[in-house]
Amino acid sequence: MDQTTEIHAQSRPRLPRGVRLRRDEARGRWTLLAPERIFEIDATAAAVLELCDGQRDLPGIVAELAARYNAPPAVIEKDVVAMLADLKAKRVLET
Amino acid sequence: MNAHSPAPPAPPIGLLVELTHRCPLGCPYCSNPLALERPGAELDGETWKRVFSEAAALGALHVHLSGGEPTARRDIVDLTRHASESGLYTNLITSGIGVGEKLTNDLADAGLDHAQLSFQGADKETNDRLGHYKGSWEKKRAFAASVIKAGLPLTINAVIHRANLHQVPAFIDLAVELGARRLEVAHTQYYGWALLNRAALMPPRKEVEESIALVEAARLRLKGELVIDMVIPDYYARYPKPCAGGWGRVAINVSPSGKALPCHAAESIPGLEFWSVRDHSLAEIWHSNPAFNAFRGTDWMREPCRSCERREIDWGGCRCQALALTGDARNADPACHKSPDHARIVATALAESESGDSGALRFRSYKTEKAEA
Repeated sequence: MDQTTEIHAQSRPRLPRGVRLRRDEARGRWTLLAPERIFEIDATAAAVLELCDGQRDLPGIVAELAARYNAPPAVIEKDVVAMLADLKAKRVLET
Repeated sequence: MNAHSPAPPAPPIGLLVELTHRCPLGCPYCSNPLALERPGAELDGETWKRVFSEAAALGALHVHLSGGEPTARRDIVDLTRHASESGLYTNLITSGIGVGEKLTNDLADAGLDHAQLSFQGADKETNDRLGHYKGSWEKKRAFAASVIKAGLPLTINAVIHRANLHQVPAFIDLAVELGARRLEVAHTQYYGWALLNRAALMPPRKEVEESIALVEAARLRLKGELVIDMVIPDYYARYPKPCAGGWGRVAINVSPSGKALPCHAAESIPGLEFWSVRDHSLAEIWHSNPAFNAFRGTDWMREPCRSCERREIDWGGCRCQALALTGDARNADPACHKSPDHARIVATALAESESGDSGALRFRSYKTEKAEA
């Protein structure tokens, strides 16, 4: 396992066992559920995390989002890398 | 908030269930009440499952399967599966005793999300003496290994007091060695059993401060490897902790026999009638049980809480501690420096911490409780 918080082209991000992406209907929001912790995330972040299945690599995730949102891949990649690095530092994402 | 037409409370985030008060350990600071509930009074599995479904429907996200020792229930795998299938993030809070590799794997297969394992000491002698169970050290280590092998995240929980405060660095090393993702350095909170043993457990202030600095340094050193959460000993704090996140605000507990409580010690407060999940749905209890409204929000507060700028941060602190130490649950938690009782309880804590009275621990058991009653 890559122990650094860096996200690069070969990274295949995934949620580890014990971290769950869940729609919180009672409060109308998306959450990441982790041990004794709840991270509130926005719908965009949830859409990114739904693609983090351990199969897709970073370019694959970016291409899919770029097509879906009709946005330039370079812009999407910058945002996705920052978000995933932050979650990795919090130990709720593995690559 | 308008006292005459209060808005309905937001749903609870966490459900903590004490599935049983049976436990192989005898920790002298156990968070269970002094009056332990008998095995014969425990809810059956079907009722627990209904409670899990109701909690998920109400909006709870986490369920903490606790005790006593929750795996003392023969239906623990079945209960875990139902909790997980209800959509709840399922956390097992365990001593690790009696949980062999097969049971761990069965729990993982049933959808368990996380295990929290207690250690009473960071070496065999201390651990077995404080947990009052010879051989528990090896059993706990074996359980930790089986959790990691099953691919589940592991938290180590260490309750800290005078007899093991010097082991904080060793607890950190132990958590790393066992492959835990998270460590709780939880200073003892003095209710129930811990209050009974306070003179033997209260640590000296200087050593507490040193241990806090040490944890902060370890957090930096282990960033990305181990998350360390710390519960500060509130007698030495400036502000009280928001007990249970505020009364009836984010958490709901259910006792082995089915009593729903805003916190695990709430029954120590006289004059409150706590409804049972046998008779009411969790939603009815959360919204309508007068005991849940007794200290909800800020309307119940007196000074110095009422006008305090932190009233919706600390929520007045802990009602049970206010009662135990000042005689009235409506007073400010005397852990707060604004409480008129604060100086007195700090002086008591300091005196007790220097009493050298460590040999007189009263270990938790059904028998001790009878002797004390």
